[in-house]
Amino acid sequence: MSATNQTVQDHGQHHHHKDLAHHFDTLEQQHDANTLGMWAFLLTEVLFFGGLFAAYTIYRYKYSAMFEEASNHLDITLGATNTVILILSSLTMALAVRCSQTGQAVWTGRWLLITIFFGLMFLGVKYFEWKHDYNIRLMPGKDWAGKDFFWWQYAKKAKEMEKHDKGHSHALPDPKDVLPDNHPSLGIKGIQESQQARLFFLLYFCMTSLHALHMLVGFVLIGIIAYFAYQGAYSPDYYSPVENIGLYWHFVDIVWIFLFPLLYLLGAHMGH
Amino acid sequence: MATVSLESRPYEKVSDHDSSHESVNYLNHDHSILSWLLTLDHKRIGLLYLVTITLMFLLGGALAGAVRLELLTPKGDLLAADTYNKAFTAHGIIMLFFFLIPSIPAVMGNFVLPLMIGAKDVAFPRLNLLSYYLYFAGSVIALTALLLGGVDTGWTFYTPFSSTYSNSYVVVMAVGLFVVGFSSILTGLNFVVTVHRMRCPGLTWFRLPLFIWAIYATSVVQLLGTPVIAVTLGLLGVERTLGVGIFDPRLGGDPILFQHLFWFYSHPAVYIMILPSLGLISEVISTFSKKTVFGYHIIAFSSIAIAVFGFIVWAHHMFTTGISPYAAMVFSLLTFSVAIPSGIKVFSWLATMYGGSISFDTPMIYAFGFLGLFTIGGLTGLFLSTLGTDIHLHDTYFIVAHFHYIMVGGAIMGYMAGVHFWWPKITGRLYSEFWGKLSAGITFIGFNFTFFPQFILGYLGMPRRYYEYPDEFQVLNVFSTAGASILAIGYLMPMFYMPLSFFFGEKANSNPYGATTLDWTDTTSPPSPHNFEKTPVVTEEPYNFHGKEAAVVSH
Ligand code: HEM
Ligand SMILES: [Cu+2]
Repeated sequence: MSATNQTVQDHGQHHHHKDLAHHFDTLEQQHDANTLGMWAFLLTEVLFFGGLFAAYTIYRYKYSAMFEEASNHLDITLGATNTVILILSSLTMALAVRCSQTGQAVWTGRWLLITIFFGLMFLGVKYFEWKHDYNIRLMPGKDWAGKDFFWWQYAKKAKEMEKHDKGHSHALPDPKDVLPDNHPSLGIKGIQESQQARLFFLLYFCMTSLHALHMLVGFVLIGIIAYFAYQGAYSPDYYSPVENIGLYWHFVDIVWIFLFPLLYLLGAHMGH
Repeated sequence: MATVSLESRPYEKVSDHDSSHESVNYLNHDHSILSWLLTLDHKRIGLLYLVTITLMFLLGGALAGAVRLELLTPKGDLLAADTYNKAFTAHGIIMLFFFLIPSIPAVMGNFVLPLMIGAKDVAFPRLNLLSYYLYFAGSVIALTALLLGGVDTGWTFYTPFSSTYSNSYVVVMAVGLFVVGFSSILTGLNFVVTVHRMRCPGLTWFRLPLFIWAIYATSVVQLLGTPVIAVTLGLLGVERTLGVGIFDPRLGGDPILFQHLFWFYSHPAVYIMILPSLGLISEVISTFSKKTVFGYHIIAFSSIAIAVFGFIVWAHHMFTTGISPYAAMVFSLLTFSVAIPSGIKVFSWLATMYGGSISFDTPMIYAFGFLGLFTIGGLTGLFLSTLGTDIHLHDTYFIVAHFHYIMVGGAIMGYMAGVHFWWPKITGRLYSEFWGKLSAGITFIGFNFTFFPQFILGYLGMPRRYYEYPDEFQVLNVFSTAGASILAIGYLMPMFYMPLSFFFGEKANSNPYGATTLDWTDTTSPPSPHNFEKTPVVTEEPYNFHGKEAAVVSH
């Protein structure tokens, strides 16, 4: 390959633009590079979550009955509320990107902050949901053992009873009062089923907390970009940071759009 | 701009009209320590990697020495069983994740990728520096795990041993690998975007040097494979710390799932290690044969094909785990098909040399070594893809020999070829050809002495990862250990003559080999801080050695 001593003639005009990094020739090149970089990053993220989705798929297939059972113990209403909140936040993010493209600096900042607000609402709901999960003993950690197996069987029975005489809801008494610690009827099958449900909750907590972690990172980044937006750093010439944080945020939303049916609607869908 | 003439040779002194060494370059424009540690210049970042991975290589090499010394005698006398496990684990982890994976991409890739495509830098210079520090932090965490007492699971971390039974510092090591994994992802991301968006005018995809194609394919693999190992190690960490059982059969988990996830990354990872070498060898062979690469398009596509195939063969590491025989048959077939693009490359190198005017400079000698060793490594891979044979050979020394032929004989030989090849560009100095050739020769001989006996040992049934063995295996093991000491000399020699050359070597001109790519034709040696005086414009395919005089413009 050889070069002639021509030079590029047309890279002069933007050359001194304040937003153009020295190693790019044009703003357009810089924008394309940033956008492609973000898409490549999201591709990595897809595979990052992909490992968990693969694990989910395999165990969902192996232990489908118990996964459905377990799924019924999640709160669909809270999950659905959060889905709506997150979709709203995607809308406000899209508006922020639009405003940055049309040069409305203040509204760019505002929509970004509103996006953070919806995000915080989501995590607030999630916090109460996790707390509830904790209270009804869905945590899959080290203390998922012994009486929790019974609890599991017990909860299952109570659900069935509830279905039987429709309408009358039964408040669950403490399982300790109902089943002795070494209840013999459960046997090895009960223990296995309990472990399978435990895997479901393990995946539920891993996936939702990894998702929440991405939201936290998002808050920081959106916050920084909102600050710069208020400073008037973005213009129709240069808005790729806003666009890229938008891509990131939509990605985080889409992950949730997959998590919601896989985790929450699974049991309902299977007709329980 | 291009001041090359065909007659230039490495030994030629800098002629008067070549004033490159006087001028400001990326090495001498700022000498402060901080200007190195906080540099955003891809060339300096490449050198930071060079120094760090060399230290890691020395450490990994010392551990290999300990392992080989233990195996000198049938009895376990030098190391305790447990220490032995920790030594080979540390050796594997350091060599793979902290040396080989960053080697060509992070050192040569960083240094020459922008030069080869006529760019001022990679697309994201700050991200590039962040990658380096992630690598550094990952190394520190991994070394901490070793200092605390090490890890005894093997580099493969198989569950349930790693998740339930091992009492070593698995979680700390997993964190280190997680961090270094992100360094690898970000480097890959940076390079993918750089190749797509930073090529200079006229440099179309099919005018790219083949090294760029290889680096590009590698980067895609880094981008797609590494997150999977990251999340897998994450799950392993969760399992160990929270006592849950995602891979623990007692708790309903599946240990084989770990192997699937692990190899989904780690098979492609072996291509992260070898692919850059394959591209680099094409550059070296073409340059020192003064001939255009035979079958340019096919070689470019074969790099992509290897990257794609690399993702669909992982279960060939699991033929003995009881996976479904139908799955095993499919994976066996697919594995065979990887040999096709690899074979195409070997034939292309031979055809490139055929009829060329070959000069036997040090990089070329390393490339010859590469050719022989990579071919043996690849062919023995076919033995292992054969289901019946693999049942016998799996987890024996045959495997150890196979992957060392590829990863050490192939990837590291290629890396050494690259370091020697671009040394005049990197430092502006020439190294001693005598010592260079000698080290290439000694490495080749030492390598074969070390690893060929291991094929036989494995065939005879000596399992890997044991610190003792039956008496009848001793002769071959003595061969292997003796060979390892020769190999060590081969590797240590450049650590003396290269620094000597850096300080006292003769000055190199901008294109001592008469190469045709932009890194040689359009930059000084060493390059200026922003690489090119003017953005180059490319008007033809690479490796046009004959049209050279016509196209070169000197001034
Ligand atoms: C023609 C190409 C190749 C074929 C057909 C092939 C085939 C195989 C097979 C079937 C195995 C599994 C054997 C077993 O565990 O029983 C294996 C192991 C291995 N191969 Fe290859 N291989 C090829 C190229 C490579 C390359 C290019 C590399 C690295 C740069 C590599 C590195 C390894 C490693 C590291 C292992 C062992 C992993 C471990 O168990 O620790 N192979 N190869
Ligand atoms: Cu493999």
